[in-house]
Amino acid sequence: MRKSRTKKAVGLLAAVVAASGVAGCSQGSATTPGGGAQTAGNAPVTVRYMNFSSNDDGHEADLAAIVAAFEADNPGIKIAVETVPYADYAAKLQTALAGGTEADVFELEYEPFVSYAKAGVLADITGIDTSVYSPSLIQAYQSDGKQFALPESFSTVVLFYNQDLFDAAGLDYPTDSWTWADETKAAEALTDKDKGVWGDYQPISYNEFYKTVAQSGGQFLNAEGTATAFNDQAGLAAAEWLTGKSGKTMPTDADGANSPDFDTNLFISGKLAMWHMGIWRFSTIAEKAPDMNWDIVVEPGNTQKASAMFSNAVAISAKSQVQDAAQRWLAFYTASQTTIDTRLAKNWELPPVADQSKLDAYVAITPPANRQAVLDSLDAVALAPVVERQQEMQDIINDELAAVAAGRTPAADALANMRTKVDPLLG
Amino acid sequence: MSRAIAVQPDQAIAVKPDQARPSGRCRAALSNLGWVLLFLAPSAVPLLVFKIAPMFASAWVSLHRWNMISPMEWIGWDNYAELLTSPNTWQVFSHTLLYLLGYLPLVYAGGLLIAVALNQRLRARGVLRAAYFVPVVTSWVAVALVWQWLLNPSNGLVNYLLGLLHLPQPGWWTDPTWAIPSVILASAWKDLGFVMVILLSGLQTIPQEIQEAATMDGAGRWRRFWNITFPLLSPSTFFVVVISLINGFQVFDQMYVMTGGGPSGASQVAVGRIYDLAFRYGQAGQASALSWILFAIILAVTAVQMRGQRKWVNYA
Repeated sequence: MRKSRTKKAVGLLAAVVAASGVAGCSQGSATTPGGGAQTAGNAPVTVRYMNFSSNDDGHEADLAAIVAAFEADNPGIKIAVETVPYADYAAKLQTALAGGTEADVFELEYEPFVSYAKAGVLADITGIDTSVYSPSLIQAYQSDGKQFALPESFSTVVLFYNQDLFDAAGLDYPTDSWTWADETKAAEALTDKDKGVWGDYQPISYNEFYKTVAQSGGQFLNAEGTATAFNDQAGLAAAEWLTGKSGKTMPTDADGANSPDFDTNLFISGKLAMWHMGIWRFSTIAEKAPDMNWDIVVEPGNTQKASAMFSNAVAISAKSQVQDAAQRWLAFYTASQTTIDTRLAKNWELPPVADQSKLDAYVAITPPANRQAVLDSLDAVALAPVVERQQEMQDIINDELAAVAAGRTPAADALANMRTKVDPLLG
Repeated sequence: MSRAIAVQPDQAIAVKPDQARPSGRCRAALSNLGWVLLFLAPSAVPLLVFKIAPMFASAWVSLHRWNMISPMEWIGWDNYAELLTSPNTWQVFSHTLLYLLGYLPLVYAGGLLIAVALNQRLRARGVLRAAYFVPVVTSWVAVALVWQWLLNPSNGLVNYLLGLLHLPQPGWWTDPTWAIPSVILASAWKDLGFVMVILLSGLQTIPQEIQEAATMDGAGRWRRFWNITFPLLSPSTFFVVVISLINGFQVFDQMYVMTGGGPSGASQVAVGRIYDLAFRYGQAGQASALSWILFAIILAVTAVQMRGQRKWVNYA
């Protein structure tokens, strides 16, 4: 009997341990909280700053330069930078907040900002000169009349194109007056699967979908934000436009699409003619493919223009023990001349300045020659719909679009499915 | 079945009653207790802090609505009620079950085949045993990426070979029908070495005399395998089945890397759903409740196996 009993105990223990392994997925909270209490006098204060945006395209050194400039100006304050890859950032921040080990200052995207502000984990920022920020961006980070974060940067998505491939095919370069039809025609002419050359690349995803609905004159949500509004001709056109390229002028998942850096590598290796991408990739191309001839234009629309704009902000933890020092860092990091100069010179995302003339230096940098398109794209912006159950909504849209692209679901059925699944999330 | 006398842990440490007076026995037990605790501490403390305590914390969380950043809101059994009535829950468990149905027979049969082969007197037997065990100690992320490439529908090695043989070339992880089978193949390959080692150790405990006696009685190879080796291997088989089922119910890493639960949720499994609920959808309460449902299922399945073993497990 001994073996049986021992085995039973071992089995039960194994089951307990195994089942509890799920909890083991959570982040270990090994970091020490805060920077210690803010002390009177001259004792140095440490402000912990967690970010993802310096990691995305190798801007760690640029962030370090801004930190060094700040510390030189503020001898009593040290900034401890914690950089986390973008893919892990949301989960890391969430678990850090749950465990009370969050940094004093942390970066936030606009979409999750809303729920963080409502959850009461962000400190109210007061006594800051808000006039230096672009009005629409500073207002975006207000909630219930309070400033819960400061805009740090913004970026847009444009159409990149490889001039060498256009020249080789004897085609005219894209212009601001192009529509989807022009893009399709060129993409078909430029695609040469035998040589591994693709005409077009645009992710089949939520971020492209709400924008292309707007480019077709439709709306993603109704005016009240209580129900989806894309189950119409505009929605259908958007879904068919995004998914119709797959396998024809655009690589499929099996070809490697959607794997990390696939599209970037395809473009810089000269095998992609047109690419819907964010301006944050300028520096990568300039660095990795200095000899390639490329330029940008504002994205073509279907019936009208609409460009995606993303912005990042920085917030202070409501529980931070070093609020004053954190706020000084925040102000410097978002609006100081050092930051503006660094961002512009290093092709980082754009500073959220009110004074547009400060961006002149940025427009003058080449490539791309038509950098003015970045500012032009701001003339017609499709803002990302933000709802409380954002990620669930995005997953539903992404899954349905993938099913259309793979030929499993007709676009019209997918739109109906999206509506059936997303509407209950909005209530 | 042997009936060795069980030595209870408390007897092992206490002085036998007839050797000491009551007060002395008590003192001896107490002084021993300190030592016992000291020696237990290195494993007991981490177990308590990182396993047992979080488990009970998750039970508490499962009774709340909590997005991990706002204060918790008590909702009683609502999370459980919602999960048990949600089609999504049934879907992820049916995917998990499908995975188990494919994985378990494959990994067991494969492991047994290799164990029997490597139990023979082969040249370079040690090297082969080590080689089959290498995948077990390899990172799941690396293995999943390699398998993702092998099973690439358009330029993977497997479809290339199938093409040479004029066989159909499935879409593997890009096709909802083939996504789970793709993960089953990768998982069975990776765990083969583990099953092999357990079964190999089981094979080596089978007394040679029984095999020899059967040979003398004129039993052939197959007959010896089915009537002697296989039944006497049952304790090892039992261990493999219990452990594989527990691990199989918790399959996650390979799905996360190879398919990401897709395409369109076709390979989403229970732990994948728990991960999404907690870390992507901000529903830590539901995630905890689903963890406990999974725990209950694993416990029930394991308990049934424990009872069932009396009927088929032979301890020689």
